[in-house]
Amino acid sequence: MQSLNTYRAGPDERGHFGIFGGRYVAETLMPLILEVEAAYKAAKADPAFEAEFRSLLEHYVGRPNPLYFAPRLTAEFGGAKVFLKREDLNHTGAHKINNCIGQILLARRMGKQRIIAETGAGQHGVATATVCALFGMQCVIYMGATDIERQMPNVYRMKLLGAEVRPVTSGAATLKDAMNDALRDWVSNVETTYYLIGTVAGPHPYPAMVRDFQSVIGDEVRAQMHKQEGRLPDSLVACIGGGSNAMGLFHPFLDDASVRIIGVEAAGHGLDKAHAASLTGGRPGVLHGNRTYLLQDADGQIAEAHSISAGLDYPGIGPEHSWLHETKRVEYVSVTDDEAVAAFQLCTRLEGIIPALESSHAIAHAAKIAPALPKDHLMVVNLSGRGDKDVSTIAKALGDVHLGGLV
Amino acid sequence: MTRIATRFAALKDEKRAALVTFITACDPDRATSQSLLNAMPAAGADIIELGMPFTDPMADGPAIQLAAQRALAAGGSLKVTLEMVAEFRATDAMTPIILMGYYNPIYAWGPEKFAADAAKAGVDGLIIVDLPPEEADELVPFLRASGIDFIVLTTPTSDDARLPVVLANASGFVYYVSIAGVTGTGSATQSAIDQAVARIRRHTDLPVCVGFGIKSPDQAAQVARVADGAVVGSAIVQVLADGGKPLDLVRALAAGVRGARQ
Repeated sequence: MQSLNTYRAGPDERGHFGIFGGRYVAETLMPLILEVEAAYKAAKADPAFEAEFRSLLEHYVGRPNPLYFAPRLTAEFGGAKVFLKREDLNHTGAHKINNCIGQILLARRMGKQRIIAETGAGQHGVATATVCALFGMQCVIYMGATDIERQMPNVYRMKLLGAEVRPVTSGAATLKDAMNDALRDWVSNVETTYYLIGTVAGPHPYPAMVRDFQSVIGDEVRAQMHKQEGRLPDSLVACIGGGSNAMGLFHPFLDDASVRIIGVEAAGHGLDKAHAASLTGGRPGVLHGNRTYLLQDADGQIAEAHSISAGLDYPGIGPEHSWLHETKRVEYVSVTDDEAVAAFQLCTRLEGIIPALESSHAIAHAAKIAPALPKDHLMVVNLSGRGDKDVSTIAKALGDVHLGGLV
Repeated sequence: MTRIATRFAALKDEKRAALVTFITACDPDRATSQSLLNAMPAAGADIIELGMPFTDPMADGPAIQLAAQRALAAGGSLKVTLEMVAEFRATDAMTPIILMGYYNPIYAWGPEKFAADAAKAGVDGLIIVDLPPEEADELVPFLRASGIDFIVLTTPTSDDARLPVVLANASGFVYYVSIAGVTGTGSATQSAIDQAVARIRRHTDLPVCVGFGIKSPDQAAQVARVADGAVVGSAIVQVLADGGKPLDLVRALAAGVRGARQ
């Protein structure tokens, strides 16, 4: 693959990153998709929009959050210096809120009063319900019945925030199915409703728009690392379901050739068993409005993904990641459920930080590669969310031994 | 002339609209689905839409979602769908068959090869729900080369500015999705349908068929007074799911459509 002048110019005007991306949606939605695109373009050019976004990130979300040097993980690994980007310290406990602030401002600009969203782990649902409360908008969240069961605390948070949580029972009742039902709702309520997609996927302009709103993560890391170490980081590691926390961290660094960039997919029970590693185990296809790598059978039927982490339990991935995979700018690897659970415990015990199971995948990969790296290697791991929501899943995974009586 | 054009020309001479019926291929199993398909024309279907089962039918309501799940569980696939069309063609050379579904299975097959294989099986038209004009270039040229019509969907959100964009790819007939919603849910008012059909006719000379939310012979008859065809899907699929007699419903719908303009 040839080396490009820039990896940051995409997508093209039709929303394509190479062959990936696009707008594969029902005709009913197309006029609205085009309206979202035009509104976002106008908002991006409006300094007042940018100012309000930045102000809310600072005063409401609590940004910038720290780039924290993790001394005990670093000592444990015995190699690279490990820094954690503390997205878990954002209001609502994950990176998801960054994007929600941006999109709720856009929805308000477009005059929409009803917001719908899909959620897997519930982090995006909580963040969406939060901004809807803040802006006084009606909020409906689609969530798989399986996920409702394993993420109960987040379900209750959404309800407290005034959202209606609609359980989705089709398919495996996880994130993919929630997205199907959200799209069905949108087709049926196209005049009144804004679909607040939570990741860098879906029809154009969502992948680019969500990336732009999340790029605050990488922009901060660049400034913070410069302040702390006087230079660029050497590597970036982030987990990937749809891939918004990863894209937010990666995108500002794509043209810095010295920075090694690694995305970590969920290998579930193992790549030869049930997993959610779309790039490693899938091939290009079309679903949910975009062309991207998908887990599918020979007939093009979409496979059910599996991950212990509800937020990574999705058979697709954002189209820009597919493109970065094929151009080889970003390395994509995978981590199993068991490895993620071990990393969850390690980070909790050594740093006193309970990471989300999603983020634990990134930590698990750092644990694999950091030991062999030199001591002056600066590695940034995106701690995309906090793990309070996962405590009962972990207790179950550990056989109730360590946290006896909790479940 | 294509089968679709021939059929609409004949219906014009008869001064009536078409009854377009939908079932999902392989629902609830291959044999039942095939015999239902083969019996549709005698029961009064003028054009048949055959659903290509897909795991994630994002624009379908519960009836057709469940039909797709049953079909997939029974071994349904794009390959089986084409085999069913070929078997139908051995018994019926005149009734147009339109495949309806989602893009990914076709993309997985390979658009160029699929167009050729579908034509060979006897497919006359294709409706792809998630392939708007913005992305249709990757399939439509191959369909044209194989003599398959690309049936476009227009919707209540297709205004006078949007319609020409959508209709640029159209051939065969135009399918008006009469509600902003998924299949088998609400129904549009007759006056909304009248206005929409009139508007589409200002932009195209192709026949206009109306679907989504048409459940009863009376509704089909109402639509048949203004449109060139009435499409019924979920209602037929539901009767099949409930263990009833879908062909009885098709006969009643046909009677409604045939009597509409008398």
